[in-house]
Amino acid sequence: MRLLTHNMLASNARGASTGYPLKLQVVKWTTKEAEPNADFLRGMLPKLDWAALVAATHSLGLPGLLPESPPTDAELSADGAADDEGSALRRLHRALLEIHIEEGTLVCPDTERCFPISKGVPNMLLHEDEVRN
Amino acid sequence: MKLKKLEGLLGDLQQFTRPKVELEQYATGPHIASRMLYTAENSFDDITGKVVADFGCGCGTLAVASSLLDAEHVVGIDIDPQSLELAQENAADLELDIDLIQCDIKNLNLRGLLVDTVVMNPPFGTSRKGADMEFISMGLKVASRAVYSLHKTSTREHIKKAALRNYNAISAEVLCELRYNLPKTYKFHKQKEVDIAVDFWRFVPRARDER
Repeated sequence: MRLLTHNMLASNARGASTGYPLKLQVVKWTTKEAEPNADFLRGMLPKLDWAALVAATHSLGLPGLLPESPPTDAELSADGAADDEGSALRRLHRALLEIHIEEGTLVCPDTERCFPISKGVPNMLLHEDEVRN
Repeated sequence: MKLKKLEGLLGDLQQFTRPKVELEQYATGPHIASRMLYTAENSFDDITGKVVADFGCGCGTLAVASSLLDAEHVVGIDIDPQSLELAQENAADLELDIDLIQCDIKNLNLRGLLVDTVVMNPPFGTSRKGADMEFISMGLKVASRAVYSLHKTSTREHIKKAALRNYNAISAEVLCELRYNLPKTYKFHKQKEVDIAVDFWRFVPRARDER
């Protein structure tokens, strides 16, 4: 599971109000290189929950990867950003699409219900009596 | 990517070895899957560079097809762990990055706007009545651009009404009628194989601020 997926996923456990954002406890993660797509990232920026994304990078032990406030469109569009590993564009790309959570736990922020992540796949299954009405 | 190439790659995917009847696990054949995704991209621009979710992904055929057509981010969702393992192997064999989530579609909670397009070959609602409607309803909640799906032609009017009236679709269109060749998958099937008429649908959700 990558952090772009984490940014959209919420808990549906009984008692949850929004169930979002899920707290991330990471046991193992890996990095896999992917080709950055500047247009995609610029389009994605206004749709992201930035605070949730930053919190997720902190729980990975990468507090310096992203700034506390989102980059501007101009920063993402800067000349040569795709080739410069330290650019705002490449950092956002890395955070969203190159980090894979392999083992760990997602925790519902409202109910503390835990959802295990095993072999990269979060298990969001709930028993019928645990589901939010 | 050419249609023939896409169909060929999908034809090499591993399929269910022991399909589960209660989940109506029927593989989406490479012929139908390649044409679904090809149409979604070439006629409507809904796949390449987009975030695509495959609901009830099974062994991952539609998710893999989306990724092969350069969807930027693909998420496959299924309730069944064995299916997800197969989907993971299929993606890995083609060196594709696909995120997978184990979840019952009716209990899915995905924050809006991030998913552009939902693709699915859902249960037809034969084994559990209403299962097909749960998939359409959730698809229209999650997608911001379009939902592509397959349903039995015999349910066409019912689906159109429900999508437009109850599930926030602003359009519900049958793009084509297909013959779905169902090989004898389960013991209770009497004939060796059976052709059923299936509609290929495109649903467009109402913009979120208009709901």
